[in-house]
Amino acid sequence: MSIADYKHYQHAHCESGVTANLLRHEGVDISEPLAFGIGAGMFFGHLPFLKVSGTPGTTFRTWPGAIFKRATQRLGITMHTQRFPNPQKAMKALDDVLATGKPVGMLSSVYYLPYLPEAFRFHFNAHNLVVYGKENEEYYVSDPVLEQTTRIAPEDLAKARFAKGAPEPKGFMYYVKSVPKEIHFEKAIQSGIKQTCFFMLSPPVPWFGNKAIFLLANKIQQYPKKLTPRKASLYLGNIIRMQEEIGTGGAGFRFLYAAFLQEAANILKRDDLQGFSQELTLIGDDWRNFAYNAARVMKDRKEGIVSFDELADMLRICGEKEKDFFKRMQKLKW
Amino acid sequence: MKTNEVPQDPKNFREGDKVNKLLYAVDKNGNYTGVTSAGWEAENFATKQAWDAVDEELAMTAEQVKRGELSPIAYYMHKCLMEPSLLAKYVGKWTWQVKRHMKKANFEKLSSDVLARYAKAFNISVEELTSFGK
Repeated sequence: MSIADYKHYQHAHCESGVTANLLRHEGVDISEPLAFGIGAGMFFGHLPFLKVSGTPGTTFRTWPGAIFKRATQRLGITMHTQRFPNPQKAMKALDDVLATGKPVGMLSSVYYLPYLPEAFRFHFNAHNLVVYGKENEEYYVSDPVLEQTTRIAPEDLAKARFAKGAPEPKGFMYYVKSVPKEIHFEKAIQSGIKQTCFFMLSPPVPWFGNKAIFLLANKIQQYPKKLTPRKASLYLGNIIRMQEEIGTGGAGFRFLYAAFLQEAANILKRDDLQGFSQELTLIGDDWRNFAYNAARVMKDRKEGIVSFDELADMLRICGEKEKDFFKRMQKLKW
Repeated sequence: MKTNEVPQDPKNFREGDKVNKLLYAVDKNGNYTGVTSAGWEAENFATKQAWDAVDEELAMTAEQVKRGELSPIAYYMHKCLMEPSLLAKYVGKWTWQVKRHMKKANFEKLSSDVLARYAKAFNISVEELTSFGK
């Protein structure tokens, strides 16, 4: 493959974006929302005891690596995946695969990617990108969150692939080995939807799935009593960033998932899924409204207890609506 | 969110305006489509606040290093957005050891090999590391 053969598409999210870009390169007609939905990417989790740079962890998606793995498995695509003990072996293996003409997906740390704006460069180790060529001692990078392709020096890429801290990428890389002649989206979409419903509704612990939205609401209500105004503001800010900052497609992946449901409705020719898609769009708007108001509370730290109560109630409404939404979607007859 | 409601508030700090991200929104026929966005006021505010907190803490640490309460390791650790546990992994030490090295007195006893490891983790020279705050 010459470098010119690779087509880069910008996507909202790194993992579903890389999955879509790699599969498209192999001639599979798949969009980012489809990859995201089949990979059952939408989720919610709040872990008050797991502090990331001092703030409790909140997530709107499933754990790193899951979307890619589930989506390729459900579509019957064989992938090669590999981790490495050291950068030398990892870079050598990358060069070998690139020489055969395959674009390669890999995990990296955002902090060590010089081409990203500083504003986004925190120590986040589960960023996915595609390397599709090497020329003049530079790697050609297709980072799905960017509009254009870019380039990176080998030392920088090696650093990013071997960043420390949880989760450690350990040079993890992957590429498509083989694609079946016919791809059956119907079955894959069904199991993706079923799994998302299951993960949102079933976890018996308060930190994961729909229940965690209510946990977060309760916590937010306690912020003004338990935290200094500065801390409370930082905690709220972190939720907004997880929900809206680069990579979620808006409203913490809710719009991305609604886009998936719409595409699924067209593929499966089902109007009920179309209805679900529209409904989730409205729920997404509620999440955006929550973020907007949370930012307002942050801007005026004096406002105090009343506004935190209101924020908590907004979240509870999102939680109630999503609970009802997934309960009905779980009952769909296929 | 409708396509015409996609916010375009530039993230004009720390090169944030160099990237337009993709959002999903509904067009006037009710179909989902990708729309690029420069950013959103609420989100920009949250990101800015997180960076301001980093800057404040860094300025505070710099003062403490100058007063001799902490070692330069504390300063560069904050500068690289690390925590003791993460830094420990980069230099191949335990977290409690890194915390010890953040005290001025212990820092001065460090061997050149250990200093070099710290300097490498911070992507600076040993000279820069030891001379900070003097």
